[in-house]
Amino acid sequence: MSKIRLLIGTKKGAFILTSDGKRDQWDITGPHFGGWEMYHLKGSPVHPERLYASQTSGWFGQVIQRSDDGGKNWETVGNEFRYHGTPGTHKWYDGTQHPWEFKRVWHLEPSPADPDIVFAGVEDAGLFKSTDAGVTWNELPGLRGVKSDLWQPGAGGMGLHTIVLDPLDPQRIFVAISAAGVFRSDDAGITWKSANRGLKSPFELPDPDAEVGHCVHRIDMHPSRPDVLFMQKHWDVMRSDNGGESWTEVSGNLPSDFGFPIQVHASEPETIYVVPIKSDSEHFPPEGKLRVYRSRTGGNDWEPLTRGLPQKDCYVNVLRDAMSADKLDPCGVYFGTTGGQVYASADNGDTWAAIVRDLPAVLSVEAQTLP
Amino acid sequence: MIRVVLPYHLRTLAGIDGELRLEIPSPITLRAVLDALEAQNPVLRGTIRDHVTLQRRPFIRFYACKEDLSNDPPETQLPGAVISGIEPFFIVGAMAGG
Repeated sequence: MSKIRLLIGTKKGAFILTSDGKRDQWDITGPHFGGWEMYHLKGSPVHPERLYASQTSGWFGQVIQRSDDGGKNWETVGNEFRYHGTPGTHKWYDGTQHPWEFKRVWHLEPSPADPDIVFAGVEDAGLFKSTDAGVTWNELPGLRGVKSDLWQPGAGGMGLHTIVLDPLDPQRIFVAISAAGVFRSDDAGITWKSANRGLKSPFELPDPDAEVGHCVHRIDMHPSRPDVLFMQKHWDVMRSDNGGESWTEVSGNLPSDFGFPIQVHASEPETIYVVPIKSDSEHFPPEGKLRVYRSRTGGNDWEPLTRGLPQKDCYVNVLRDAMSADKLDPCGVYFGTTGGQVYASADNGDTWAAIVRDLPAVLSVEAQTLP
Repeated sequence: MIRVVLPYHLRTLAGIDGELRLEIPSPITLRAVLDALEAQNPVLRGTIRDHVTLQRRPFIRFYACKEDLSNDPPETQLPGAVISGIEPFFIVGAMAGG
């Protein structure tokens, strides 16, 4: 029987939850790296016992950890993220130019083909690659050649938070940055172009054709259809059917199209999940009801999933990296909240249960499906 | 023999139990202590001072003999009591939690 391992990053440490394929009983270990902000943990698709973790602290900076036994033991690897050449400047909150400064790693994305290759998305926004299992890191500086003087941090900082590797084409990489937008490379990260046509941000970007500056919160792809991308933007849920060449809105009947995560079902490429949040000013669910919304039509038509989720007095948020899905049938869907709960559904989202309730604020959730 | 006291999180990261002891040739400066500390414990590189600029991280403080040495130049020699091992050199996480 398959086994599920959840890698949970929180504001005060990492936790690892495991269950068999029934997904009704969970064992928990942790806190790993207690007291540190664990922005993201992710396992290698080709060597699932190899995990990478971003460990960070306002006092002590960035540390990268690697495990080769599924998180039982960890080794500190390289933490030198040095921008290529003279880093230059980007737009600051007051409109002036501000020097690029490394702050932390938001997201780690292991290669689907080689367990020693892993990408890191960092703040201030940049993409780094390691080919020696995290020991050394080199920036892919071409990304910052795409009008980066116009990139501007959002309220949460200017982080490169999403890295999507095309499993069918190792040359193609998508990244998303707050608040710069989506960028695509077709040559393994050497050169890049913006992929934001069709995004509308009328207040922040009055120019309807603005090439960069969109506050993209998260993108996701089904591995069988790498040209189809789904996006949760600051406002608006979007999709692209042409590899990010253009985007169309699919917010449809959502109660709010503001939110952070978006997740594609593991075996149904047109089934997607979002967690609507009331607004950019009020980062909690509308009406105090925690509802996951599912579309089985690739957007526009959405249904609320509420069974097992609190339907009154709930004012948590779900952050962009805090939702994931396993590969079992029926698909398991998971998300963590800023209130420290991790909710799981073993039936495509129809019903939910809190599998742990009192963790620190959850920053990231990754599901691994193990043999 | 220089005695160095690290904050909890850095002791845990480096797998150090208690004080650290470093053999450092003269002159024993702030920079020399940090260089020796990082050479003996490479996992601490980047956690006390920046990799590139070698500037102290903003919420790290250096103390010795009840004096705050945090803003002293890197070539500052440590007090005699630290050099002789009577007093430890403290690396401290600043009170910045709010």
